[in-house]
Amino acid sequence: MSLLRRTNVVPDAGTGAGAGHDGAPGAAVPLTVRLDDVHVRLGERDVLRGIDLELAEHRVGVVGANGSGKSTLARLLNGLVVPTRGQVAVGGLDTRTQGAAVRRLVGFVFTDPDAQIVMPTVAEDVAYSLRPRRGEPGLPEAERAAVVHAALVERGLAGHADHPAHLLSGGQKQLLAITSVLVTRPRLLVADEPTTLLDLRNARAIGRLLGSVEQQVVVVTHDLDVLDGYDRVLVVDDGRVVADDEPAPALAFYRRLMGA
Amino acid sequence: MGRFRSGAGLLGAYVPRDSVVHRAPAGLKLAALAVVSVAVLLVRSWSGVGALAVLVLAVAVASRVGPRALLVQLRPLVWLVPAVLALQWWAHGPARAAVLSARLVLLVALAALVVLTTRTTEVLTAIEHGARPLRVVGVRPERVALVLALAIRSVPVLAALADDVHDAQRARGHERDLRAFAVPLVVGTLRRADALGDALRARGVDD
Ligand SMILES: Nc1ncnc2c1ncn2[C@@H]1O[C@H](COP(=O)(O)OP(=O)(O)OP(=O)(O)O)[C@@H](O)[C@H]1O
Ligand SMILES: [Mg+2]
Repeated sequence: MSLLRRTNVVPDAGTGAGAGHDGAPGAAVPLTVRLDDVHVRLGERDVLRGIDLELAEHRVGVVGANGSGKSTLARLLNGLVVPTRGQVAVGGLDTRTQGAAVRRLVGFVFTDPDAQIVMPTVAEDVAYSLRPRRGEPGLPEAERAAVVHAALVERGLAGHADHPAHLLSGGQKQLLAITSVLVTRPRLLVADEPTTLLDLRNARAIGRLLGSVEQQVVVVTHDLDVLDGYDRVLVVDDGRVVADDEPAPALAFYRRLMGA
Repeated sequence: MGRFRSGAGLLGAYVPRDSVVHRAPAGLKLAALAVVSVAVLLVRSWSGVGALAVLVLAVAVASRVGPRALLVQLRPLVWLVPAVLALQWWAHGPARAAVLSARLVLLVALAALVVLTTRTTEVLTAIEHGARPLRVVGVRPERVALVLALAIRSVPVLAALADDVHDAQRARGHERDLRAFAVPLVVGTLRRADALGDALRARGVDD
């Protein structure tokens, strides 16, 4: 149950996943996300209109008005949305053609943990992340249970292992959702307004957790406190990135944009 | 707790204990449940009911889940049994009514014992194994298990949604307006289903 064992859980997609990506496993090498002239059209609407980005920072924040396209941008990063025009590559993998491999590198945390927790009890939901996947032998049962237990201990949820997920508090549910994502050891964690439904204390706790994980993090948020200490903040407006800077100047720009 | 939410108590009722009943394979428990349930449905005599009651009681004691947990599972019968008893009494007389009611209690107690001693995952794994032969006709057993898990998981989530919608309608003075209740409930359910689909894809279910 050592950390080394846990790296075996999901083999780093860097191994044999194709040519031309960042390669070497390990958190030390940043994963590069590249968006090339990305347009997204949903229904009748041009939701994103020409995004060019290269993200390799440890902590990236995304802010912007309601409906500006933040969630769509976040969903591009794990292939939940694919560009109508242009290209998104994560660690050199095209999200359109190599979506499965991309999703092993990228964990995604949604706003509403109730939509994300798929198993009836806490430990079972974490275990679901460790199920055998196509073309891979699964972990032996005992080892899987040990990994789940260690993950729950790490997040302070061990006492709830056998509890029904619906009896957890909102903050604990979000913690569980994040635990279930982190247990697969993704390289990049994308979170779309992970603190919106939480009270101040839980929002702080989740914000701090996102700030402290070893993974690279991209977080979409209206909760600007979350972005404390971040490396880079993008301001999205009407389908475009209108500011891209360190947090202080980017957020100042955002406040002016919102007339606040 | 709202009126819908509290109805979700049956699910995730697993009581962790170290007992032979807990350790028994889920598939075996499900098979035994099926066999004994058939036996319960077939017996007509008091002696037969008595023997099965002893069996159920023995399993209950061996499972070490305690009487409280078991009684919680039997609680829905508080309404059902008197109704059945009255109806049968009227139709067939007291003796048959009593036997039938006793069999009803035994059936629910048996199912409750399986629920209380078996993790949902184990049940699902057993069903997944059981569904393997269906592969030849194109069924994907792991999908069958996933759908069942999602159904179980969705009950409390949708119950909470129903409570919220109900409260919202009451706050707006639509106390008994079925349409004002159903429309947001259906819309909310579809929205959640959509979000769940995204979450499953994000967790690699299609990969
Ligand atoms: N499937 C869809 N079909 C049509 N339009 C859509 C679809 N999904 C989203 N949109 C529209 O695209 C725009 C951007 O949506 P998106 O969810 O990315 O915004 P957002 O910045 O995350 O907003 P919020 O802060 O409210 O979450 C919105 O106007 C939305 O109505
Ligand atoms: Mg959004």
